[in-house]
Amino acid sequence: MRLPRRYLTQRIAKILIWMGALSTIGVMIMILFQVLREGIPALHPRFFLDSPRDMGREGGILSSIVGTAALTLLAVFVATPLGVGTAIFLREYTRESRISRIIRFGTDCLSGVPSIIFGLFGFVFFVIYLKMGWSILSGGLTVAAMILPTIISTTEEAIKGIPRSYREVSYSLGGNKWQTVTHAILPNALPGIFTGVILSVGRSIGETAAVILTAGSSLLMPTSLFSPTRTMSVHFYILAREGISMEMAYGTGAALILLVLLINTVANTLLNRYIRHRT
Amino acid sequence: MDIKEKLIEKTLLVIALSSITILALITFFIFEEGLPLIWKVGPRAFILGNRWVPSQGSFGIFPMIVSSFWVTFGALLLGIPLGLACTIFLCELTPPSIGLFLRPAIHLLAAIPSVIYGFWGLVVLVPLVRNYLGGPGLSILSGSIILGFMILPTIISISEDSIKALPKTYKEGALALGATHWQTIWRVMIPAARSGIVASIILGMGRAIGETMAMIMILGNAVKMPSSFLDSARTLTTNIGIEMGYASGDHRHALFATAIVLFIIIMILNSAAILLSRRRGGG
Amino acid sequence: MAGSTSVEPFAGVLAEEYMKLHPEVQIYVQGGGSTAGVEAARSHAANIGMSSRSLLPNEKDLSAVTIAKDAIAVIVHPSNPIRNLSLIQVGEVFSGKVKNWNELGGPDHPIFLVTREEGSGTREAFQKFVMEKEEISLAALVQDSNGAIRQVVSSDPNTIGYISLGLVNDKIKAVEISGVEPSVSNIENGSYTLVRPFLFLFSGEPTREAKTFVDFVLSPPAQRILSKEGLVSILPTTALN
Repeated sequence: MRLPRRYLTQRIAKILIWMGALSTIGVMIMILFQVLREGIPALHPRFFLDSPRDMGREGGILSSIVGTAALTLLAVFVATPLGVGTAIFLREYTRESRISRIIRFGTDCLSGVPSIIFGLFGFVFFVIYLKMGWSILSGGLTVAAMILPTIISTTEEAIKGIPRSYREVSYSLGGNKWQTVTHAILPNALPGIFTGVILSVGRSIGETAAVILTAGSSLLMPTSLFSPTRTMSVHFYILAREGISMEMAYGTGAALILLVLLINTVANTLLNRYIRHRT
Repeated sequence: MDIKEKLIEKTLLVIALSSITILALITFFIFEEGLPLIWKVGPRAFILGNRWVPSQGSFGIFPMIVSSFWVTFGALLLGIPLGLACTIFLCELTPPSIGLFLRPAIHLLAAIPSVIYGFWGLVVLVPLVRNYLGGPGLSILSGSIILGFMILPTIISISEDSIKALPKTYKEGALALGATHWQTIWRVMIPAARSGIVASIILGMGRAIGETMAMIMILGNAVKMPSSFLDSARTLTTNIGIEMGYASGDHRHALFATAIVLFIIIMILNSAAILLSRRRGGG
Repeated sequence: MAGSTSVEPFAGVLAEEYMKLHPEVQIYVQGGGSTAGVEAARSHAANIGMSSRSLLPNEKDLSAVTIAKDAIAVIVHPSNPIRNLSLIQVGEVFSGKVKNWNELGGPDHPIFLVTREEGSGTREAFQKFVMEKEEISLAALVQDSNGAIRQVVSSDPNTIGYISLGLVNDKIKAVEISGVEPSVSNIENGSYTLVRPFLFLFSGEPTREAKTFVDFVLSPPAQRILSKEGLVSILPTTALN
């Protein structure tokens, strides 16, 4: 008995889909696997504890790690208050009005700006105009601008998820708006905010174009916010292209991937725990 | 008491204006640095000019605009079918337990720095293209393939959200009427999630056009107008990225001018995506 | 210190050595290009500017110290049978007039050019010495550092490029120009002419620490390091041993 045509179509379609999906997953795994396989052997403790020597041919990547950490922390410290504040304002202090529409438009647009344009902006504004020079400060502030939209939207989502009853209870107990925010809303939105922050951390670690134009590429251990630095992704980019040391390049790449993996897993676990806790 | 409340509200307002302020600053400085050069060279000569030879004062970015278009087009050619395939795979063809594991995996892939993709492309893909297809390997084809993979997580996660957001009645109704699983997916669910899927594609397109570092590594960065997929090329982004280190004077302003063109293109794309997702959310 | 990315790695190695001897001093080395080095020195954004080309007439307000000489080597893949080209031939290859390796006695395959980006001191030097009035073909692949050019040429047998002599290693082959091999001795005796100076630039009087560093750089131990890294010392080879 011959199957009706539509079952044949279904069979073909499903096979194609399986092929497509599996080959995609396969390639993605291959990409990660290649870098990890070549790079993990290079990741001994000295790699993390030494600074680069001989222009990156030897030693480790300590100065890069420190620079990356400093820049990322600065970006998060600047962007989180601004982002959370914006989200609180949008959700608690206004209705859908002109102001809120303008703010949302600005945020949405900002999230679409490519990193090279942020880099140009950071260069001309922080490095040159504000005379901060190539520094962790310039780089951190530029990256803060890049992660701001993410923090705003994840915080907004977190606040949205808080039931009205929380607010009503707070008001009925005599609290004013700000007390409501600080005692009822924020503590409950904290996990969501935290997740957004962690995701932003992951993103800023991988950011290359904007950082190279604002934080420079010096291999020296940074000593202050005004020191230039070469973050891990910039170091990886330079090593990969110069062919100075493939071993170091793979090692830095593997370190990057593992770091991002770690950060994302932490964020996902926390998010899952948060969802389970709320329901 | 009241004054304190008012003060807090005003402070929050100022904070909330930060994103639009930053956007305004970016727009201002980019235009301030680049616009004078566009006037100097002439908008038509700048946008339609074929020669980019800064040492001779030639600043035409038409080859870059065309190359940006080709690389993005190629990336979408790869990304849309594979993205849809993976989305359908995730939503309909796998049990929920696998989905629980694959979904975070996709988010993870979205977070991998683009330089890693570029590196893999340089070390694995470029030699493959060179040895089996010809040309220097550093080409639009290689760039498109890598870019396609880079935008897949974006397309997949947003399309997946759109499909999951569909009312269950759509699927159940179609199946009840006797449609096969595939017919339900292809003729009912996908068209219903259309605006979300299109929004994801537009966002993917925006990410593709804006990608810089991986493209510098793989495209070869030749200045000439490309004539085939195997030719090397230079996009608007890589033009800025590769010459910014050394440029000064007119040359630097020309790079900012390139950024202006890029900025405008992205803003148009983004507005389209925002409009589409608003319509989906509201309707 | 800021400026030429060709000088940058060498300045970096010297700085590393110097900081070992003088731990209280911090030296930051930054790239940006020879022209940026000139500007940085002039505006005092950097104490020392680095340049891989001689000063232009309108830059003569700065004082320059030659710390080493560097040659530009034309490189090809090690498996490429070509070992000698005349200056004219190199010019014709890079301008696109000569398009196929078989025109030079090699296999039948299109030539892929690799060049530095506009604004690079290395490119300017190449332009001046080799291309003169001709422009480098617009179809050439462009990479933004000498190391990247070396990477590309070492992986594709059909490419030809140019890099600083100091970066030549066994992954690529340096071509003789009109029979003259790019070697330190040929540079010293003047027979290899694609040579450019590495300069440290100052606006006005250098600071005391800068002056001490420059003195160190001009001394035999430092020059020995530069020579080991592939540059041509300003001291005669005899003085280094």
